[in-house]
Amino acid sequence: MSLDLATTRRIAKLARIGLADAELETVRQKLDGILGWVDQLSEVDVEGVPPMVGTEMEALRQREDVVTDGNCQQAVLSCAPETSGPFYTVPKVVE
Amino acid sequence: MSYIIEGKTGSWEIVVGLEVHAQIISHSKLFSGASTKFGGEPNSQVSLVDAAFPGMLPVINRECVAQAVRTGLGLNARINLQSRFDRKNYFYADLPQGYQISQFEHPIVGEGSIEIELAGGETRQIGITRLHMEQDAGKLLHDQDPTRSFVDLNRSGVALMEIVSEPDIRAPEEAGAYLRKLRQILRYLGTCDGNMDEGSMRADVNVSVRKAGEPFRTRCEIKNVNSIRFVMQAIEIEAARQVEIWENGGEVDQETRLFDPGRGETRTMRSKEDAHDYRYFPDPDLLPLVIEQEWVDGLKAALPELPDAKRARFQQQYGVPFYDAGVLVAEQSVADFFETVAKGRDGKLAVTWVTGELFSALNRTGRTIENSPVSADALGKMLDLIADGTINGKIAKDVFEDMVETGESPDAIVEKKGLKQVTDTGVIDAAVDAIMAKHADKVAEYRSGKDKLFGFFVGQVMKETKGKANPALVNDALKAKLDA
Amino acid sequence: MLTRLTLTEARAGLAARKFSARDLAKAHLDAIDRLNPKLNAYITVLPEKDVLAAADAADARYANGTARAMEGLPVGVKDLFCTKGVKTTAASKILANFIPLYESTVTARLLDAGSVFVGKTNLDEFAMGSANITSAFGSVLNPWQRKGDEATALVPGGSSGGSAAAVAAGLALAATGTDTGGSIRQPAAFCGIVGLKPTYGRCSRWGTIAYASSLDQAGPMTRTVADAGLMLEAMAGFDEKDSTCSNRPVPAFAQAVGKSVKGLRVGIPAEYRAPGLSPEISAMWEQGIAWLRDAGCEIVDVSLPHTKYGLATYYIIAPAECSSNLARYDGIRFGVRKDAPTLDGVYELTRAEGFGEEVRNRILMGTYVLSAGYYDAYYLKAQKVRTLIKRDFVQAFEQVDVLLTPTAPSAAFAQGENADDPVQMYLNDIFTVPASMAGVPALSVPVGLDAKGLPLGLQIIGRHFDEETVLSVGGALEAAAGFAHTPTLHAEAGA
Repeated sequence: MSLDLATTRRIAKLARIGLADAELETVRQKLDGILGWVDQLSEVDVEGVPPMVGTEMEALRQREDVVTDGNCQQAVLSCAPETSGPFYTVPKVVE
Repeated sequence: MSYIIEGKTGSWEIVVGLEVHAQIISHSKLFSGASTKFGGEPNSQVSLVDAAFPGMLPVINRECVAQAVRTGLGLNARINLQSRFDRKNYFYADLPQGYQISQFEHPIVGEGSIEIELAGGETRQIGITRLHMEQDAGKLLHDQDPTRSFVDLNRSGVALMEIVSEPDIRAPEEAGAYLRKLRQILRYLGTCDGNMDEGSMRADVNVSVRKAGEPFRTRCEIKNVNSIRFVMQAIEIEAARQVEIWENGGEVDQETRLFDPGRGETRTMRSKEDAHDYRYFPDPDLLPLVIEQEWVDGLKAALPELPDAKRARFQQQYGVPFYDAGVLVAEQSVADFFETVAKGRDGKLAVTWVTGELFSALNRTGRTIENSPVSADALGKMLDLIADGTINGKIAKDVFEDMVETGESPDAIVEKKGLKQVTDTGVIDAAVDAIMAKHADKVAEYRSGKDKLFGFFVGQVMKETKGKANPALVNDALKAKLDA
Repeated sequence: MLTRLTLTEARAGLAARKFSARDLAKAHLDAIDRLNPKLNAYITVLPEKDVLAAADAADARYANGTARAMEGLPVGVKDLFCTKGVKTTAASKILANFIPLYESTVTARLLDAGSVFVGKTNLDEFAMGSANITSAFGSVLNPWQRKGDEATALVPGGSSGGSAAAVAAGLALAATGTDTGGSIRQPAAFCGIVGLKPTYGRCSRWGTIAYASSLDQAGPMTRTVADAGLMLEAMAGFDEKDSTCSNRPVPAFAQAVGKSVKGLRVGIPAEYRAPGLSPEISAMWEQGIAWLRDAGCEIVDVSLPHTKYGLATYYIIAPAECSSNLARYDGIRFGVRKDAPTLDGVYELTRAEGFGEEVRNRILMGTYVLSAGYYDAYYLKAQKVRTLIKRDFVQAFEQVDVLLTPTAPSAAFAQGENADDPVQMYLNDIFTVPASMAGVPALSVPVGLDAKGLPLGLQIIGRHFDEETVLSVGGALEAAAGFAHTPTLHAEAGA
């Protein structure tokens, strides 16, 4: 299947990467090329094959329910481009 | 019970399914060691994992898994020994990772059911589709600044259970009963505090309408409704809206809506252009969650008694009537209070006192059972005084009022006020004689066949003894003397 | 000669007080001063006083007999590992100003072993690339040059190109790398050094900036196989902060080098004889087979039938994971933000301007293959094929102890070559990706030069958590090949 511009635009929107139309077309061509190439997988018979999940090397380890972290407001906020008091800030969101 | 909307084109029934988000009770978050305490300084209960700093990784909290399993067991549901975490991808300022870790394809709990009780004592089974664990998001504050929203990540990463019902609910009242029952079970289990006003329990409501015998029609999802009353209202209003659309030849769009209780309406929340595509896939930072049947069995063995079982036991063990048993088990604290009072005593008397005098005293004083002015032990002691004949039932009410007021023990009150029941037959006989002498005319009327006057004599004798005479002895003495 | 030493030699020299850690550090800082402007191997060089202070502390430990395994050894750190108080960029504009408040587990372990960090090495942006041409801070130059053609700038490979160039040119005795689809092994081969991708789960991923979580694995880049063992010992081990990190004990890897390989069975996978494989690479492979046979190994032909799908599988799974892993770079809590009137505007501008083209394309590719309607055809299918690839390896390892293959299909190529066609560029990883997909350990060892005088590497792949056998065989190959070349651009060239 070939990738169209509308889909490319929708994908860019989903990924929140703002691209101008001309850039979108370049991206479309690149992705279309890669998608055409990965289509070689369609020839592999995967009937009855389970997908690999994680690495299947070990079972998930669980930690104890103890407060060991947090309480580091300054650290958490220190790298932010914009803050106000104890908050991160973003342009006003209308819900 | 059936809830039918009569439209122009006939009768419509409603089909409702609920997705409840319940905050898991735990000390630390689902995947980080930050505290879950409510009401901390903004961004003070945030680890670098919760704020999704580069290179941070999730590690699951065993207690949260246990809480989810306990809840599943409490909902008579299948526990999946193998489950998995997926990422739900979307961008929002309250979601630092850019994805929520959730369980999409393989939840930890599968099918179960809840029995709800409706007005008139009728019961219904509501199916549970699944229960899964996921992360809560942070919080946005919109009213602090004219042009900016503020982000507080204290909630970010707190463990939630999403409990999804089958579309088995057919009336707003059923939805209310379902939520109350679910909350009751969660509270009994200690897996969620169920406080809807603090947001630790909230519901997404899926509503559709159909004519009898039809397959399901398109549903709408009303997001984040935060009280049981609002859930019931939202269902009514949304169902009416949908009926109107269908009857006017329109189509109901599958969409997410918001309930505005102020305006009494639901309205569209997200436009179609903005349709979400969550791109779920297994979280590669987490391996499949595998739990042992033995561990589940251990959790099961340690589960507290749940409301349905407790109700049945109260009926059987204490002879409490079905309805009253339901009232007692509605809140675990009430059930515990009752049981302390009833243990080793007359259960029927205990329930009368708890649901009667105690409840009205709580009402009157604006207290809850947790800080009741009369402790369960004190009430029990008072019942003992009735049982051993120290006081009679009538005096007991006065003693109880005194206990509410002063917090003193029933023995002390009885002692101080000299309320001990009179069982001395000599004293009672004397009182009977005095009353009969005083009301010779009534004695004659009684003897000529006016039996109803017996009650009058009992009242007079009790009055004469300041209410303290043993009523049975008074009866005996009066009978003997009047009928002599 | 201080910048030509192996870790093992330097450790011995320090212990014998032939030179001090301060001398060693100074020699490397001088080399960086002279060569880094040309090679661009480092994004950040640590302040001299900090480096010398660390070196002095190491000297004190040698003096009082408490020197640790990597005490005083100058190490470069790929700028994908978060380093406390030291700018960590992932070679991206979006993190151009990011100074972590934490130290990654791997670098913390290296520091605990006494390493002296000299700087943060350049890489492809977010480790996405095979040529180190996608860094926001400029391409890295391969210190090797084609014989008689000094004018053509060659790529060092990628994504750990800065680390490979630094180790090859004498700007560090060793460096950390990360490998997702070949990012340690391919640049090691291109730069004539040793690179080891351990078993997935051997090294903690905590504090290392993620590209594709199910594949990313840190490893050592060194001058010898023994050094790789020594350094891996310091890097590896259980970490409760990484749910995918193994709690197996860490063996004494360095001791595996030099062990006899007699009787070991070495598999030669038929499918790696890919069409178009250069005759020189083919010949080098045959030579490697002959060396191992001479060392007493038994050579066995094996088949990994799904190997040829490894690359296509990789270019679905890695972008899918990266599209999600890189969602956190949104300009809100850290990094560089581009202001706009709306929240979505901030996201779109910050990410469009903050990410370079290759990263954007991989995010978009990953977003696409996970999106509704395409998930089954791409992502799910790829994960099933991945299971088949892993099964191939597991089955092969029932017959043999290790596999021997070329590391890359060519020697280092010129900057600008393959740049326009992503698929052509991706083919560089054709031999390295399958081991990544399966999670097994793999080592690249430099074994010779091609006709143009560029280094070539061979790859040894082993069983899950059997780095020891891989290192033993690598040691045998290294001994037989006797690779002792250094690049034209070297700290001590002409000195």
